Amino acid sequence: MSEIENKEMKSNAFLVAISAVVLGLIAGAVLMALIGSNPFTGFWFLFRGGLMNIERVGNTLATATNLMLVGLSVAFAFRTGLFNIGASGQMLVGGLCATLVAHHVFLPRPLYLVVLILSGLLGGAVWGIIPGFLKAKFNVHEVVATIMMNWIAYWSVYYFVPAYLKGPSLETESASIAIEQTLRSPWLTKLFPGSYINLGFLVAIASVIIIKFILDKTTLGFELKAVGSNRFCAEYAGIRVNKNVVLSMMIAGGLAGLAGLSFYTGYSRNMQIGVLPSQGFDGIAVALLGASNPLGVLFSSLFFGVLQSGKGFMNAMTKVPPEIADTIISVIIYFTATSVLFKRLWEALFKILSRKKAVRDAKPTNNKEVK
Amino acid sequence: MSHVIEMLNIRKEFPGIVANDDITLQVEQGEIHAILGENGAGKSTLMSILFGLYHADRGQIKVKGREVHISSPNDANDLGIGMVHQHFQLVHPFTVTENIILGKEGHFFLDRRSAAKKIKALSEKYGLNIDPDMIIEDITVGMQQRVEILKMLYRDAEILIFDEPTAVLTPQEIDDLMQIMRNLVSEGKSVILITHKLNEIKAVADRCTIIRRGKLIGVVDVKKTSQAEMASMMVGRPVSFKVDKKPAQVGRVILELYDLKVMNNKKTLGVKGINLSVKSGEIVGIAGVDGNGQTELIEAITGLRQVESGTIVLDGNDITNAPIRKRNEVGLGHIPEDRQKRGLVMENSLFNNVAIKEFYHAPFSKHGILDDEYLKQYAQDVITQFDVRSGEGIYSLAGKLSGGNQQKLIVGREVVSDPELLIAVQPTRGLDVGAIEYIHSQLIAHRDKGHAVLLVSFELDEIFNLSDRIAVMNSGELIDIVKTSETDESAVGLMMAGVKRKEGGQ
Repeated sequence: MSEIENKEMKSNAFLVAISAVVLGLIAGAVLMALIGSNPFTGFWFLFRGGLMNIERVGNTLATATNLMLVGLSVAFAFRTGLFNIGASGQMLVGGLCATLVAHHVFLPRPLYLVVLILSGLLGGAVWGIIPGFLKAKFNVHEVVATIMMNWIAYWSVYYFVPAYLKGPSLETESASIAIEQTLRSPWLTKLFPGSYINLGFLVAIASVIIIKFILDKTTLGFELKAVGSNRFCAEYAGIRVNKNVVLSMMIAGGLAGLAGLSFYTGYSRNMQIGVLPSQGFDGIAVALLGASNPLGVLFSSLFFGVLQSGKGFMNAMTKVPPEIADTIISVIIYFTATSVLFKRLWEALFKILSRKKAVRDAKPTNNKEVK
Repeated sequence: MSHVIEMLNIRKEFPGIVANDDITLQVEQGEIHAILGENGAGKSTLMSILFGLYHADRGQIKVKGREVHISSPNDANDLGIGMVHQHFQLVHPFTVTENIILGKEGHFFLDRRSAAKKIKALSEKYGLNIDPDMIIEDITVGMQQRVEILKMLYRDAEILIFDEPTAVLTPQEIDDLMQIMRNLVSEGKSVILITHKLNEIKAVADRCTIIRRGKLIGVVDVKKTSQAEMASMMVGRPVSFKVDKKPAQVGRVILELYDLKVMNNKKTLGVKGINLSVKSGEIVGIAGVDGNGQTELIEAITGLRQVESGTIVLDGNDITNAPIRKRNEVGLGHIPEDRQKRGLVMENSLFNNVAIKEFYHAPFSKHGILDDEYLKQYAQDVITQFDVRSGEGIYSLAGKLSGGNQQKLIVGREVVSDPELLIAVQPTRGLDVGAIEYIHSQLIAHRDKGHAVLLVSFELDEIFNLSDRIAVMNSGELIDIVKTSETDESAVGLMMAGVKRKEGGQ
């Protein structure tokens, strides 16, 4: 892409993310010290919990898969200037569609996988289109609409699962999907024995690549970004703003739907009623830390994946409660959200450095304007 | 003679720029002192320091010989300094009196009557012709400005600062304002006039302080200095005022409006049935005071606003309800009024901004995939040809460009796509003389290529310099269309005030 300027911006976003992560970890260390634990052993077990053996790495990747897809969903909508708070609902609907397919559709494996993935994608996309349409047509704010869609999805699952997908014993969750009908794959499971890792991980990686390609290289991405950064200019230039709003919400919904697919038919094998998946909101953090950039989302979801899957081990091995990991995540979000501060800090630092250089070069001051 | 205001060796630095570098301003008691400078020269910074909005890094301010520290506009008011801002600060549903006493209501009981009396007396003394009981939203912009002046006088201001006061006025209102300024100084007040319009300085000012790029260039006696001399001091080189242009070679009709009606934001008719045609090879200027339907008219033609009734034909195609992209394809170019809101995506690179209208078709993209190399080459050509200066060339963010360069970028983008009709709305607003010259020459070059240009400007000079024909708008109606060669500023000024030519003689 645009070399110089983007490099500066990317390194900026990277610095901000790293600063936020470091500060978050420091805050976690302080908290651990305050409750009388040794922060070094705390962190040692936190990261070991996420990474110490191949099974745990597999689980970390499986956790990161969901975060990656949801983070991508939030990030994508954000690039078009939309705030997708509805990833939870989109996950539920995508997961519900995929679960239905898993229970009722029997096809040769490759074909079956295509149908399964499409079902999750479409389910989420439909749940995204509705708020997008409401925004485009009636100017209903997408935050309000997506939150309401979350609860519609929540209660729909509440109704659907006991009515059509009831398990043999429990009323509150769906019957388990046969292992051959899930996204688990023998070779991946063999690679990471005993873990929850599944083909959803590959779907997530592919999504990152596709979304990056769409945003950077296509006219569609060009339009979406133009609408996101200045809808008045986009409108003036002949870009149909409303069409792009609907499209963006549809794609964002589809990505969250894929997260539902990987979560309910890969990571777990059934759906519980009365649970709004918290990943929908964690995705906001992932997108924030990743600066709404697909590659940023990839790395930040992996990082959060480590924290999420390591916190149980930390709790088991030390007296540090697992909530510390959540606190670290929250602090990181907090610092990312106030990234302006870091940006100023780093810019000021750079400026001092470059000024020292400029003084030597004895600049002729800006005679840009005249001519 | 005694100095009522002295600003000595003022220096003010902003990150990366010295806005005021050792500037000294001395205003005498009872004079009209103009401050002349291009945009960004540091006039506003200097006045903001005087008015207590900024703090000088170095230097001294004296009022009537006494050194003072002005840390807020209230301090300035207490010292008898009043400012008539470019954007009026009035409460529209309130009466003149209520607006003037706002903030100075006195004690618990509001004494409107004695305030109104004082206002009336002031108005008569200075020839302001304001009735204290009128509601602000019912009176003209010129009168609103006089209310602002009254507000200062009511607060016993001795020194009145006018910040670009004529931008919103008709020529007749400008004449009235000049007379008011003369009345003010003859009653012993002092006036500081900030402007970049030389003819106004020539007409009314006694002395003029000229600033260029934050530095004091000189103080001149206006009577003894020609406009050309002042202009070259302001810019730093000789300036030509007249735009050279050949007679128009008028061809076929490009734009035709039939009985066009358009709603404004208040859901009343902002454009009340306009018929207008613009032909190839001519520039038609729409003159009028801001807010008389020009915005609605242009937005209707460019597709940003829905048409109520009537027809718009562009180069033989009915585009009345066409989507904007269709209009662009038929041959519409648009230099928008608000370049930062409409014209550019500020946090995007120059090369993306140059392509923002055309990215979707070959050779900019193929099968939905952008051709980055082509995009960059195209942008490079545009910024080279139009001399857009930026820190990092095509990779710079649009928001980091100066106003003049942003506008050159937009003009470049629109002109290079070679539209049959180029609409330019306030194309030189806020730009310095150099950039204005350049953009004017580009508009004329576009005309000379055999295209049509529709110009909207609130600056009569600009309208007269560029247009072959002048269409005058007043409250949503087209008062008349006249040939530039057959009219003059006062005739157009009358039309801008709503007086039709035939009735003019009565």
